Amino acid sequence: MTLYGYRVPMMASLLVWCVIWELVGQSGLMFLVPPLSSVMMAGIAMVQTGTWQAAALITLHSFAVGMVLAIVVGVTLGVLMGRFKAADELFSIWVNIFVSAPLSALVPVLMILFGMGETTVIVTVFLFAVWIIVLDTRAGIQHVPNSLIEMGRCYGASPFALYGKIVLLAALPEILAGIRLGLVRGVKGVVIGQLLVAIIGYGELFELYSRSFDMENFWALTIILFVAAMLMSAAIEHIEKKVDYYAGVR
Amino acid sequence: MTVPASAIHAVTQVAGDVAVEVRGICKNYGDIEALRLIDLDFPRGKLTTLLGPSGCGKTTLLKIIAGLVEPTSGEVRVNGKTVTGPGPERAFVFQDFALMPWATVMRNVAFGLELKGMGKAERQSIARHYIAEVGLTGFEDKYPHELSGGMRQRVGLARAFAVNAEVLLLDEPFSAVDEQNRRKFQEDLLQLVEKERKTFIFVTHSIEEAVYVSDRIVLLSRRPSRVAQIIEPKIDRTASPDAIRRDQGYLDTVEEIWQGLKHYVD
Repeated sequence: MTLYGYRVPMMASLLVWCVIWELVGQSGLMFLVPPLSSVMMAGIAMVQTGTWQAAALITLHSFAVGMVLAIVVGVTLGVLMGRFKAADELFSIWVNIFVSAPLSALVPVLMILFGMGETTVIVTVFLFAVWIIVLDTRAGIQHVPNSLIEMGRCYGASPFALYGKIVLLAALPEILAGIRLGLVRGVKGVVIGQLLVAIIGYGELFELYSRSFDMENFWALTIILFVAAMLMSAAIEHIEKKVDYYAGVR
Repeated sequence: MTVPASAIHAVTQVAGDVAVEVRGICKNYGDIEALRLIDLDFPRGKLTTLLGPSGCGKTTLLKIIAGLVEPTSGEVRVNGKTVTGPGPERAFVFQDFALMPWATVMRNVAFGLELKGMGKAERQSIARHYIAEVGLTGFEDKYPHELSGGMRQRVGLARAFAVNAEVLLLDEPFSAVDEQNRRKFQEDLLQLVEKERKTFIFVTHSIEEAVYVSDRIVLLSRRPSRVAQIIEPKIDRTASPDAIRRDQGYLDTVEEIWQGLKHYVD
């Protein structure tokens, strides 16, 4: 972007909003919005506390376990649906319902099923992330050119080699896009899960700070979460860019 | 058909060694009858072309020979053995190249050998030989998207040569290659046919291409497809490419085939 002939650096808009936040905070108009600088200070202090570290660790753990399950199940189911019509017809209605369903409403039910602990949070992460991975994997598998599969068969690929060396790799761009979207949804899932369970990890901290109107810490917590989600998403996007050239020559 | 008999010599039986026999092949897709009772012999060490109007099932027949498509009835025998699926004695060259975009030229060419479980050093030395054979030396570490269409198909051809199959099945290999590269590629193919001494079965819709590269041309009729005519162009292959393209026998054969196919074109 250029403004009056000057090139404006990429992060400039972010800086503008930071300044606006700081000014609104300093003016004291809204007690919900403390100055950004004090939020930052609170954040730096917070990450050094044992409470935050323990919360972050348990959150990260639930998230990681849920995501690994979602990726394994999602890719497997997506491959089955992409390759076999029967599997597609059997599952597609459920996948399409769940991908757009308000899953937060299900968390209380999950709590009854899986108890008030980490299991519920893991299941929530899984349910938030898995469907989009299924759908994108399915689309990727369906886009694998028939000739690549015929090539594998012609040159004597075993079923294992056909999937491991050809089909999964050919569908990689779509699978990665599904995983990236799944990660973002998984972050939502872990926070919503913990908030509704409300006794562990990040959710517990959110509950604590917002109930006591400790806005500095509340915002610091939020910013850390946003940054973590964005970094993960950017990391996957980086890998996606590397396989971008597939699409043109597949 | 009024064409000098000297240029064309219709044959139904092949004298001598037969590599691939097609016997009574029928193929229906639901109600659509694609192939009806095809009987064909493909002589060993020769290049036979399947030529016909578009949509006549040439590619289907080639894929049946490859074992990729099941015939409705009839059978294909390679060296006397009935085909039940793809086999190592047959290699396929695809119309859209079917290269793996994530693999280098080297890995793509060696892929058939990799699937056979051959060690890396061995398969790479074989692949290197055929990469040189198709004129791609220096491109071993390139990826398919860095190559032109013609070069990509050379990779596909090298991959087929590398597995050392006796029968090479080429499905319109030059249709996605631009005109100038196609001519050069056709000339190179003739040299490779000469050098590799394999049985080639070639599908094309280009009459000129068929006459230029073939020892034998099988004309298929419109759906349901049957063998309409078999032609053996009598062309001196030792002449230079340009001389062949001006050869009277070449031109007459092209004309003869066109007269035979013309009534299929709307």
